[in-house]
Amino acid sequence: MSRTFFAKNPSVLWFLLILALFTLAVTVLSEAYGVAFISTSFVKTLGKTLCLALVALAMDLIWGYAGILSLGHMAFFALGGYMIGMWLMYARTEEIVVAALAQGGLPATAEEIRQGVATQIFGVVGASDFPLIWVFAHSFWAQIALVVLGPGILALVFGWLAFRSRVTGVYLSILSQAMTLALALYLFQNDSGLRGNNGLSGLQNLPGLDAVSQDDVSMWFFWASALALGIGYVLLAWVVSGKFGSVIRAIRDDEQRVRFLGYSVEGYKLFAFTLTAVIAAIAGALYYPQAGIINPAELAPIASIYLAVWVAIGGRGRLYGAVIGAAFVSLLSSWFTGGRAPSIPLGFYTIDWVDWWLVILGLSFVAVTLFAPKGIGGLFDLWQGLRSPNRRGAPLGPDDGALMEKEAKE
Amino acid sequence: MRALLLSLAALLSLAFPALAQQSVADILAANRDQIEKPSRQTIGPVIDQLAASGDPAAAAVLTAWEAKQLGLRDSDGAFFIIEKTDDGWLLTAPDGSAAGTAPKGDIKELKPNAGVRGLIATALVQFTLSDPDPAKRLAALESIAKDPKADALVPLRAALDTETDPVLKTQKQRLERLLTLRFDPDSAARVAAIESFGAELGLDLRAALNPLVATTRIAYAGDLPAGSNLARTLTPGSDLTEVEAYDLLVAANMAPARLTVEEARKALVANLKDGMVGGVALADLNTQAARDTAYTALETAGIVPAAATDAEVTAAVAAHRFAEVYAEPDPAVTSAAAAALSGITIKVGTMQAADLALDAISLASIYFLAAIGLAITFGVMRVINMAHGEFIMLGAYTGYVVQQFIPNHTVSILVALPLAFAVTFAAGVAMERLVIRHLYKRPLETLLATFGISIALQQIAKNVFGTQARPLTAPSWLDGALTFNDVVSISYIRIAIFVLALVFLLFFLWLMKRTRLGLEVRAVTQNPSMAASMGINPDRINMLTFGLGSGIAGIAGVAIGLFAKVTSELGSDYIVQSFMTVVVGGVGNIWGTLAGAFLIGTFQKGIEWLNPSNTLAAQTYMILLIILFIQFRPRGIIALKGRAAGD
Amino acid sequence: MNGMKGMLLGGAIGLAAMTGAAMAQEETIKVGVLHSLSGTMAISETTLKDTVLMMIDEQNKKGGLLGKKLEAVVVDPASDWPLFAEKARELLTVSDVDVMFGCWTSVSRKSVLPVIEELNGLLFYPVQYEGEESSKNVFYTGAAPNQQAIPAVDYYLNELGVEKFALLGTDYVYPRTTNNILEAYLVSKGIAKEDIFVNYTPFGHSDWSKIVSDVVALGADGKKVGVISTINGDANIGFYKELAAAGVTADKIPVVAFSVGEEELAGLDTSNLVGHLAAWNYFQSADTPENAEFIKTWHAFIGNDTRTTNDPMEATYIGFKMWAQAVEKAGTTDVDAVRTAMYGQEVTNLTGGKAVMLPNHHLTKPVLIGEIQADGQFDIISQTEPVAGDAWTDFLPESAVLESDWPGLGCGMYNTETKTCVQLKSNY
Repeated sequence: MSRTFFAKNPSVLWFLLILALFTLAVTVLSEAYGVAFISTSFVKTLGKTLCLALVALAMDLIWGYAGILSLGHMAFFALGGYMIGMWLMYARTEEIVVAALAQGGLPATAEEIRQGVATQIFGVVGASDFPLIWVFAHSFWAQIALVVLGPGILALVFGWLAFRSRVTGVYLSILSQAMTLALALYLFQNDSGLRGNNGLSGLQNLPGLDAVSQDDVSMWFFWASALALGIGYVLLAWVVSGKFGSVIRAIRDDEQRVRFLGYSVEGYKLFAFTLTAVIAAIAGALYYPQAGIINPAELAPIASIYLAVWVAIGGRGRLYGAVIGAAFVSLLSSWFTGGRAPSIPLGFYTIDWVDWWLVILGLSFVAVTLFAPKGIGGLFDLWQGLRSPNRRGAPLGPDDGALMEKEAKE
Repeated sequence: MRALLLSLAALLSLAFPALAQQSVADILAANRDQIEKPSRQTIGPVIDQLAASGDPAAAAVLTAWEAKQLGLRDSDGAFFIIEKTDDGWLLTAPDGSAAGTAPKGDIKELKPNAGVRGLIATALVQFTLSDPDPAKRLAALESIAKDPKADALVPLRAALDTETDPVLKTQKQRLERLLTLRFDPDSAARVAAIESFGAELGLDLRAALNPLVATTRIAYAGDLPAGSNLARTLTPGSDLTEVEAYDLLVAANMAPARLTVEEARKALVANLKDGMVGGVALADLNTQAARDTAYTALETAGIVPAAATDAEVTAAVAAHRFAEVYAEPDPAVTSAAAAALSGITIKVGTMQAADLALDAISLASIYFLAAIGLAITFGVMRVINMAHGEFIMLGAYTGYVVQQFIPNHTVSILVALPLAFAVTFAAGVAMERLVIRHLYKRPLETLLATFGISIALQQIAKNVFGTQARPLTAPSWLDGALTFNDVVSISYIRIAIFVLALVFLLFFLWLMKRTRLGLEVRAVTQNPSMAASMGINPDRINMLTFGLGSGIAGIAGVAIGLFAKVTSELGSDYIVQSFMTVVVGGVGNIWGTLAGAFLIGTFQKGIEWLNPSNTLAAQTYMILLIILFIQFRPRGIIALKGRAAGD
Repeated sequence: MNGMKGMLLGGAIGLAAMTGAAMAQEETIKVGVLHSLSGTMAISETTLKDTVLMMIDEQNKKGGLLGKKLEAVVVDPASDWPLFAEKARELLTVSDVDVMFGCWTSVSRKSVLPVIEELNGLLFYPVQYEGEESSKNVFYTGAAPNQQAIPAVDYYLNELGVEKFALLGTDYVYPRTTNNILEAYLVSKGIAKEDIFVNYTPFGHSDWSKIVSDVVALGADGKKVGVISTINGDANIGFYKELAAAGVTADKIPVVAFSVGEEELAGLDTSNLVGHLAAWNYFQSADTPENAEFIKTWHAFIGNDTRTTNDPMEATYIGFKMWAQAVEKAGTTDVDAVRTAMYGQEVTNLTGGKAVMLPNHHLTKPVLIGEIQADGQFDIISQTEPVAGDAWTDFLPESAVLESDWPGLGCGMYNTETKTCVQLKSNY
């Protein structure tokens, strides 16, 4: 089975090979385990990029394969980060509080510890009690389970409601955007219990590992991200190569026909939606300890749109396209906005990339949509000699998607 | 406090009649330090002394001081009334004689704060209440109304009969009754004054009545303390909790305070001996129950003071009675005031509902105006234009640029409206020709491509205009608000937006139902190939329709910029709500958009009313409600039926 | 895949080149500037970046420090909070800066804190903030709540006789914490809880009619109403427009703002707002020779005679001068030596008087209250004696027992009741 799977999908092996080589190279060049050629902050950037590539894979499944343009997947990503962040904050603060209370003369009661932790975490936002959603925060395994369950259940409920009432196409996009906006606004409130605009911070410091340098921690997370990306890639490649993949592609191309053929369209969509939400959440849980802070701005609708932009530029409907898009655009973006790209003086006006990069990104996005719908991934088709049919000219049949005049001539 | 100071000052001036005859300049010089850095709490006697000096210049000096026109010459510490000239100050001595000029650096301007200025205004009342200038009399009245005092009653009554201006006379009479009901020594006169108002809505009346019925909670044993005006008795358990009741007792020193967890902990630490306290091992003290046991053991041993236990608290509360008493001692006045207020409260409630409804309508008209362009591009043409918000922004910036060239606000707005339409119409047509035309068959990609344009336009606006908000000022005839009474009012600018929204609704209906273009638009959207075979050019129609929708967005931008702000993020604030409005209302029907706007506006104001301290929550729950609403009516409030519905 | 690898290689080479460049110029002292140059905060923070550059320029004209020239390393965290941490790490490990000036929002400071505490960096934070924090590695040159909010409330209570308060704020940490402190303070001053109305609005809120009418309705019980506004940024424009439309003048219901300065008023027609208040430690209209000189230098540096100056700029100015003095005193740029030398450093305020660095890493500053003028400037009507900044407010029970004293107690969060140091790192 697995041999035929890899034989049918040589790109998976190529991808894994390149990912392994890349991981090895970074390890050898890192400060912690190598020749210290790559700085720790750049290792963190690379690790975060791998997580973004993973969430882009999820986006590719839901959009590129199933044709559902969700503009809310970064909400699941951020929720995953919040779930792990709650434990990180709780556990780290608990250590401090226990140490402080131990100096107080009496052994601390459980209530005192809890109260102390609450004051430390929420003192910043002017509260001193634990909100209900922190009930599992003391337990690592419970929060890990919530990383999967929280966003998973949200996606299940949202998807069930939306698909059940046949909300499709652009309506679903707008609805999912409204979902992430509502969630972001909710988290912005201090009353939400997740520290409002301040969010959860100091996530890079692992509880109990104060003595371990960030040089090491960043490498551990880098490896974990690489591993997660590898597993995620194989899993998704396996999912889309089977019967399930064929059905969701069919749904993308003509939902009505699939429904008339007797498939439960809603069920398939719901599964894809929930699965991708869970993958996004796991990616988020790995991303935010590397970023160090999570706050509601991470859920802003624009974040999910960027996710779609990465996938579109990388090339929809092929998994490696999503990875390339995420890595390429996000790294390029941080290079341009980091103030390192040299300005171009035109005499009468100086082009500062910090100012103009977004304009270029926006317009290049329009250009990709118009002229290169396959994105960067399309270059691989050129290399392999695959050409897409020319869809210009008038349609020959009455329905959308019929053969076009010029296409028929070839 | 102030009354005390006033009487002190009066006493002083009585005791030393010579002082009262001092000239203003002398008083100023004697109190130089105070006047240089005045504080409301200490400057009172000086102002009163000035006012009571009998010097004819006093009023002029006080007026100048209040208007920040009093100056101090650094060299000799002399005070002058100052007036700014091109290169310095024009000086007038306190006695009114011209004192030449001074260069800029020589004079220190005195800047009394608003509290001190209020005191000066109160002191000036006696000079201005019967001033020949009606404006000054009005100012005097406002000064009394702002800070009602018992001692204003007598001069006000004296000034009543001499008043000639009928408007001012009514105001004076009203103010006199307001002061009477609060400060008149005669109880019957006060009740009569209260009853003379009836159930009137005025804020000033409520402000006068409410302090009369203000209550405090007291605890007492046995009978009610003599002289207290009982509002109601309180029963612990129903009217107030046991904790609140006990806190009242503690506050009145009628019971010992409860033991706090922290105090118990300290007591235990203090009595720690050989790793044991109260018979409990130190290591076992990590639960509250064990600590309580240890403390009780210490208490029995008499080592620590007894603290109130729960049973003692219950007993103490049962042994006392609790009541709310009025601060106002006169029962006749309090009952009259309570009766008057209960009538007013019902009326105020109704009026508040009316005000909320006006707010909701106003918000709905803003959403409608923002969404009407989308109702054309998305509703009629089914083109998702995520750059719609940026067209609104373009319109607002057009208004800003026009105001840079045309300083007259009325003219500039009249120019800006059509210009904003022209600019965004052109932008819309260009976008349709260059991008959207190629994507009619791929709606999801239209969404993304227009997003790309939206990001680019927003950033370009930032690069050109900066991220700082730009001023777009409404003409002065739109300043202020239409006030029905002290509760219900709406600003003129919101009325103007409402009218604009109405105009565009009518325009849209006329265009779609009564014109050739509208007919062709409807034909092209329903069946482009059939329309084309009837001789309509679908390309041209699509271009025009899209331009029209964008153009209206530009006009909406000017309106929104006038009432809120002009920034590059203006559009993105409205885009999600606008789409919601169209989708909730039902795509393809302008009445649906209208209904959607009203639904969302009402939702939002309703939630704001339920939770007035958190407007952010209102927005969050509004969006959640909309998401749920769409689940149950996916085609919106007014769904198209039959063939027009498309799929 | 090739594209991605090439990209990464390029990035790595770029980094190596930067490290190499750092080694080549051994004689400079590097000053990191960590202010957003793009994104939502760019408008405020770019001004501060320019201020730091101007101060470095001035210092270099005087011959630099310790015989070395100063060199600015400017990065752009792009108003993206995680990016602040990343850029701070980069400044400290890759560019090896000796000191950093930066951050505006509290959340960006909280993002940077763990990094500078881990790597023992030095940050000067120039903006008014909510307090409740004390880091060994940060000097707070902006106002703590007791240097802005509390004196403004005192002014309301004592000078204007306000008895009923509306605390309006944007929903984020600074207004939340400030309002919490103010509520506790007002209750301690005898204001009943029912007489404090609190409302939070989102960033950029524009529909203010309901809130303004709520505030007006507060006056119904005959008490003088005052508004304390911690409304941030653009939202102020709609708010003040609605106030003007509703005819709320300063003598009826005064509004004192903690986040509205000269820059924010530029987006408004202030003729209807004359008399409303703002509380800061600095106004451009302050009449001192130091301020005149500062404004002159600023206008010359930026090449624009109409650019305003503001409070965080003064805080940056004081912070930079103090750091330079401390480096001279310590004779090195080593972080621990400079920190020790910082305590007790004095710099003349632009508004007169001396700013002194306290052991809790805060400054003594005078508090100014200004009334808005028709020309968009502020008329200073009250100036207190210098107030010592307090990291942990005395008005909340949890933090009243806390004290920060780095040179004396070696602790930023010392519990005076249990006489223990709660923690050495800050609670971010």
